[in-house]
Amino acid sequence: MTLSPERKRELLCQMYTIRAFEEKAEELYAMGKVHGTMHLSIGMEASAVGSIAALRPDDLILSTHRGHGHCIAKGADLNKMMAEFMGKETGYCRGRGGSMHIADVESGNLGANGVVAGGIPIAVGVGLGLKMQRRDQIILCFFGDGAANTGAFHESLNMAAIWSLPVVYVCENNQYAMSLSVRKAFAIERISDRAAAYGIPGVTVDGNDVMAVYEAVKKAVDRARAGGGPTLVENVTYRWRGHSKSDVNRYRTREEIEAWKKKCPIKRFRARLIEEGILTEEEADRIRDEAYAAVDAAVAFAEASPEPSLDTIEEGVYA
Amino acid sequence: MRELSYAEAIREALRQEMQRDERVFIIGEDVGVYGGAFGVTLGLIEEFGEERVIDTPISELTIAGAITGAALVGMRPVGEIMFMDFITLASEQLVNQAAKIRFMFGGKEKVPFVLRTPAGSGTGAAAQHSQSLENWFVHIPGLKVVMPSTPYDAKGLLIASIRDDNPVIFVEHKLLYKVKGPVPEEPYTIPLGTAEVKREGRDLTIIATSIMVQRALQAAEQLAEEGIEVEVVDPRTLKPLDKETIIRSVIKTGRVLIVHEACKTGGFGGELAAVIAESEAFDYLDAPIVRLAGRDIPIPYNRTLEYHAVPQVENIVEAARRLAEGRV
Repeated sequence: MTLSPERKRELLCQMYTIRAFEEKAEELYAMGKVHGTMHLSIGMEASAVGSIAALRPDDLILSTHRGHGHCIAKGADLNKMMAEFMGKETGYCRGRGGSMHIADVESGNLGANGVVAGGIPIAVGVGLGLKMQRRDQIILCFFGDGAANTGAFHESLNMAAIWSLPVVYVCENNQYAMSLSVRKAFAIERISDRAAAYGIPGVTVDGNDVMAVYEAVKKAVDRARAGGGPTLVENVTYRWRGHSKSDVNRYRTREEIEAWKKKCPIKRFRARLIEEGILTEEEADRIRDEAYAAVDAAVAFAEASPEPSLDTIEEGVYA
Repeated sequence: MRELSYAEAIREALRQEMQRDERVFIIGEDVGVYGGAFGVTLGLIEEFGEERVIDTPISELTIAGAITGAALVGMRPVGEIMFMDFITLASEQLVNQAAKIRFMFGGKEKVPFVLRTPAGSGTGAAAQHSQSLENWFVHIPGLKVVMPSTPYDAKGLLIASIRDDNPVIFVEHKLLYKVKGPVPEEPYTIPLGTAEVKREGRDLTIIATSIMVQRALQAAEQLAEEGIEVEVVDPRTLKPLDKETIIRSVIKTGRVLIVHEACKTGGFGGELAAVIAESEAFDYLDAPIVRLAGRDIPIPYNRTLEYHAVPQVENIVEAARRLAEGRV
């Protein structure tokens, strides 16, 4: 289950790229270059990267409204992603989807989702379709702590469990469903305890430890691929930024946010790789700088890209 | 030609498509050994097995999610929602997900599924098992809405819906399940978006959907004895809508009565009336467009009240007569 040094460097690179993308997204928004809203996963990069590291390239994911990290970790082209974010014709969805609906089907990303828990039932169908076609792929479905309190969660985990579908459910518990703390929204200690209700394994991991996430999800992926059915993995993490652009953090303290920033998943993984002798400080800096440069190049690509033509406004509704 | 009931015609379409295409499967509540609440899928589990005729727990939202997800990875699912009333529970996946995936993803994905569901009153099942909610889905870009009125149409439209690359809401009527009519044995399709003139006439046009087509045809028989020749047009698919056939008929007769079972306010009749009023047929109208639809009430339990909640043959006769005689 150990990853090669090369692979670990790649994971650090992905984490930096996500951070760079989202910091840039915030900046572009502040500059008035994008409209609409966005949901940033800054501080949660280990959850996206560690989970997807456990997949094969041909495996599939369903993402969430907070999905930039999932998309990048699944291998998205930053240019197309940034172009989508900026509403350009060259974006993944020709500018029709935006931040909340980026899909990159060729890389196996079946889409972010604007509805909390929207992807959870779809994962049942994807898992069912894969199983019926005897394809050896699995579907990994991300969702947040808020989604775990919807009816969709209950219906879907049960259905995936009774049919032993090749689904891995990854709950990114970032402590808040918009403003509602998990302490107020759950009467149980761990969201993964709910797995017992469906007769499937449930595991809670430190979601800021990329290797711990990888190991837990890998076990779930192997189990799903072997026909053992779904697993519920809970990655305990924290979003540093507000829920969306309208959030002024009235429901939590600055001290709490600062305490979590000290647990930065990127700094932690970087330090570990240096300690393991996989990287030097200079090499780590280079990885970081390359990630920020790639994002800058993506912005340049997006800014130079055309807006969708008004003549095409009605395209793509029906096949 | 051989006769089949509406339910048998639907079953035959399912069977033939499942034989033809192994990607087609059935999923819903009690669709297996039970055969569905109205027996439509009876016997299919024996022929195709549990893998392709899948009984689900009572989880409508996830039935809709399951057909969406399976369609995304290359299957062609046919879901069933036991009563159209329960489609309320599945709406999130249908309206926010299935209908929009293609557009949101820049026209790159497709979601080919059919969701069959029985609508309509007349069974004494009262307010939560009798609704006709088709127009909600007509309102959603990305969905198609099909409503067959005869066994022949049911088979041809269902096969076309299964072969269509979009999510299709296929609305059946409970009281039609036992109605018999000629149905060819071989598979055939009726293209979605083609209305049919079910009866020709010169004096007025009745545009009716689902069971109201049958009632309109009975009304037309009676009116013919009085010398009033009614043309009955069945859109067959509400979305896409064959506006041309409708407009042509109205131009020919100059008078139009729209009949559907769903509540009048916000029902499909309003859309039909607007389509006619906006078209060149407006200049040919000799009378106001008239709608005859379900009352704006939940369906009552009591037999008499239930009967009078939605248009019956005698209501259609009366409304058509008034219109033909220029009393509107």
